[in-house]
Amino acid sequence: MPPAGAYAPRMNAIEVHNLTKRYGETLAVDAIDFAVPAGATVGLLGGNGAGKTTTIAMLLGLLIPTAGTIQVLGHDMARDRFAALARMNFSSPYVSLPQRLSVAENLRVYGHLYNVGQLERRIAELAVELNLGDLLERPAGKLSAGQKTRVALAKALINRPEVLLLDEPTASLDPDTGDWVRTWLERYRDESGCTILLASHNMAEVERLCSQVLMLKQGRIVDQGSPPDLLDRYGREDMEEVFLDIARDRRRAA
Amino acid sequence: MNQAALRRIWGLMYRHLALYRNSWPRLLELSYWPVLQMCIWGFTAQFLMARIGNSAALAGATLLGGVLLWEVALRSQMGVALSFLEEMWSRNLGHIFVSPMRPWELVAAMIVMSMIRMLAGIIPAIGVAWLLYAYNLFSLGPILVLFFMNLMIMGWAVALGVVSLILRHGAGAEALAWSVLFGLTPFSAVFYPVSVLPRAMQPVALALPSAHVFEGMRAVLLNGVVPWYHLAAAFGLNAVWLAAAAVLFARQFRQARLRGALISIGE
Repeated sequence: MPPAGAYAPRMNAIEVHNLTKRYGETLAVDAIDFAVPAGATVGLLGGNGAGKTTTIAMLLGLLIPTAGTIQVLGHDMARDRFAALARMNFSSPYVSLPQRLSVAENLRVYGHLYNVGQLERRIAELAVELNLGDLLERPAGKLSAGQKTRVALAKALINRPEVLLLDEPTASLDPDTGDWVRTWLERYRDESGCTILLASHNMAEVERLCSQVLMLKQGRIVDQGSPPDLLDRYGREDMEEVFLDIARDRRRAA
Repeated sequence: MNQAALRRIWGLMYRHLALYRNSWPRLLELSYWPVLQMCIWGFTAQFLMARIGNSAALAGATLLGGVLLWEVALRSQMGVALSFLEEMWSRNLGHIFVSPMRPWELVAAMIVMSMIRMLAGIIPAIGVAWLLYAYNLFSLGPILVLFFMNLMIMGWAVALGVVSLILRHGAGAEALAWSVLFGLTPFSAVFYPVSVLPRAMQPVALALPSAHVFEGMRAVLLNGVVPWYHLAAAFGLNAVWLAAAAVLFARQFRQARLRGALISIGE
């Protein structure tokens, strides 16, 4: 089902201009520009410290940029971030849900925070879609990594977001569970038209899910394109090799 | 306030109420310390009355009244600060701050939770005072509501200051959630009048809303006079302290967003 008020497909769901973040002498993000078309899945790639998390934190309003502008779904994040946040959501294995609350209680909390109508019905829908039926009454802290990932996705989808920011959604998952999550995300994106910005270190995941990739290095976008385009330009077989070429300055794109 | 804002406030309250529903030790902890305090000071007052005689009865009443009312300020302060710390300990602040919840809604939810926590702690202690020592706090009359209000507001103002320091200094400042109000106890004239303090300390005491509340409580208990001057001073000072704490919180929240502290707070 498409998210309520889904953004017109020809518009950009995210527009970033001259985005800069400086911590004292350290330049974490250096005047980057990019746009994410509505309904697209765009990958944000880069090594540790490349500026991915900082960029995502600025897109979510957790961090105030030193310079530049961010528009999400037409809302200026500097002036009107709460209107955008109501239509977005976020998932990261590095940000927990309250461990002592049950899965259902956690989903109720976030359903209230996002003012979700018919909340119990929405929780039941998510429980079916993400196979959470047996987990709803269990404490979030007593779940396996794969179960936690499914619960985190349910939290991220509770408000039927038009923009979904995912920070390493399959980190620390076994290959089977990781594949299940990727398949599920593909299907959800195709059915809902949701725009996804995905930060990941898993190149196979990026190749499979993303229509466009932004390569970040030392706070700058050093290359971008679709995975086939990047593979072609770098003359490589897979995105991991492209990533290493860029990270180690081994080869330049043709 | 619109319906969505009320729902977000309820959402965060639900999160904390669910935490209590799932943990009886947390529930017990709410009333453990106030009841323990009441037992210690109640038996002390009884001992003094037995040794000195009935002339100590009024002193005993002011002592028990002081213990109970100071717990109101203490529980109100800790109620707000601990709600914030619970979010920090569970590494949940990242989810809250990327939701549409405004910072003032977060504060409102923590304040309502602090009232619930405070009442859950104080009501059993009031019951113990009545059962064991035949001390009825409600004998102070309707003015008690105004004393409660002032001490709660002071607790919230101090708690907002503590939360601001946690936003500024991270987990290193969390010990303040338990200790900061104890530091104000000597100046709050809980068990003795402000006039007992050295002259240089008296202006410090009179700048605290709590000192005026306890001076007022003694005036009611000892003289049967409602001390409107002290109540007006307490409300006025609370307005100033709460406004200052709100400005400090807003500033530190913005600073935390500038420094990236909301991402790593608690680490």
